[in-house]
Amino acid sequence: MSGLATTSFIQNADFLHVLYIVAFALFIYGLSGLTGPRTAVRGNRIAAVGMAIAVLATLLQPTEGNWVLIVVGVLIGALIGVPAARRVKMTAMPQMVALFNGVGGGAVFLIAWAEFRNSHGYIATPTYVALFSLFAAIVGSVSFWGSLIAFGKLQELLPGRPITLGRPQQLVNGLLLLGALLLAALVADGSHSQLEFIGMLLCAAVLGKLVVLPIGGADMPVVISMLNAFTGLSAAATGVALNNPALIVAGMIVGASGSILTNLMAVAMNRSIPAIIAGGFGGGGQVAGASGAGEQAGSVRSVSAADVAIQLAYARLVVIVPGYGMAVAQAQHAVRELAKALEARGVEVQYAIHPVAGRMPGHMNVLLAEADVPYDQLKEMDQINPEFARTDVALVIGANDVTNPAAKTNPGSPIYGMPILDVEAAHSVVVIKRSMNPGFAGIENELYYKPNTSMLFGDAKSAVTAITAELAAV
Amino acid sequence: MLITNLTILVLAGFVGFAVISKVPNTLHTPLMSGTNAIHGIVLLGGLLVIGFSGNSTFNKVILVIAIAFGTINIVGGFLVTDRMLEMFKRKPEAPPPKDGEE
Repeated sequence: MSGLATTSFIQNADFLHVLYIVAFALFIYGLSGLTGPRTAVRGNRIAAVGMAIAVLATLLQPTEGNWVLIVVGVLIGALIGVPAARRVKMTAMPQMVALFNGVGGGAVFLIAWAEFRNSHGYIATPTYVALFSLFAAIVGSVSFWGSLIAFGKLQELLPGRPITLGRPQQLVNGLLLLGALLLAALVADGSHSQLEFIGMLLCAAVLGKLVVLPIGGADMPVVISMLNAFTGLSAAATGVALNNPALIVAGMIVGASGSILTNLMAVAMNRSIPAIIAGGFGGGGQVAGASGAGEQAGSVRSVSAADVAIQLAYARLVVIVPGYGMAVAQAQHAVRELAKALEARGVEVQYAIHPVAGRMPGHMNVLLAEADVPYDQLKEMDQINPEFARTDVALVIGANDVTNPAAKTNPGSPIYGMPILDVEAAHSVVVIKRSMNPGFAGIENELYYKPNTSMLFGDAKSAVTAITAELAAV
Repeated sequence: MLITNLTILVLAGFVGFAVISKVPNTLHTPLMSGTNAIHGIVLLGGLLVIGFSGNSTFNKVILVIAIAFGTINIVGGFLVTDRMLEMFKRKPEAPPPKDGEE
């Protein structure tokens, strides 16, 4: 990179801009491949090519160099990222995505901090650049720390149950947000104070943690999607601050994606996003005590694996309803074996997937795809609900709240109004469950007391394997 | 500059909504890991800022971390998404036990 006077066209600003445009066009084109499983692999690879072009274009910019440092950073990243991506189990995808969200947010706030320091506190920086940079710093910091908490909960390093400050929680969160904004305003106004900048980062960090800590297992899909959106938006803001169109477009696409998913998840639970953030369902303080209400005195019918095998063997249509319990027990392959055995007997098998089953959007679909379940057997809620009336056996494997009829019938239930899978409409319902303990939401499930429901107690994997074994003897 | 960038920002938001709305529920997990990879684009931010003149040692350290983070997102995100999508692509009745997966 010597001869800087004779800048070749390669370092021409317009040429670099064109490369960025090519890059983001490839992102958009690649992502539009995700509309179907067949085109998705190619789409993802096209987006990766776009990314390679964007990185290359950036490296071509005439800069100070610091090549050694760049190589070191990229090497560290690759050494961590590649093995992680290759080894992670499909059941652990929610943790992985949470961690990746966090890492992105972390990069954003570190970059903003470096920008602040490099410009000596935004001296001679246009105000709008400072504003976008500060926005990126706050949102990136919230996303980083929030995602780490989400990761800790999903990985079970932290207790999955909600941790709250109780009543003052909202007030504290509000004050932290206000503090971060106030400090940001002071910095933008030209205080050049790094102490204030760090104070702002700290407020955002504590806020991120406090927002995620109260969120219980069942609300996780919403939080992960939201943190995904945050990281995207903060990246877009970094793009404006650095005048880089590829960053802006990519960040906004991720922001849009995260927002769409957040909204879908919230709708699937019939809860508003602010209510989820405020804690509740998965258990803000108020729900914890008021759950069961003790009106469930009905009796529960327990059956053996052999009974279930007989029911299944003579069924025409079996609908499998997987939930988080299937993921925890890593039972997806056992489930697929059972389905194969049933199909060999001429039984039709379908899968009913609730949008919030599991711990992230699409979690069940990935697990079943891993076990080679053809994706056309995976039915969404609206498709499968009318089918339950002609279903002989609905086999509920580790799903709970998403099958609870109280969501339709009991206005006093915390999940009242949430769209559910109508398994009770099936001729017979078999629930595989470890025990009668209520799920994450801590709500009794009336389904278990219905006359057409029977319970097979046990770990999802061993129970399903036992049914398959018994099936061979029928 | 600001106006141009804001224009891009708003239009990109709408494009994002249009494109992502069409992604079916089945592919939502790969969508999330794919967007993880795409927000790894913040790597560019790290690369640009580390190229500014006058970075202190502390700046260099945090920027190397940021570059590492961005790289984790990009490589990890695209790889894991590819791994997942290959599972979806498999044909119903022809499961060749290929790939290095255990």
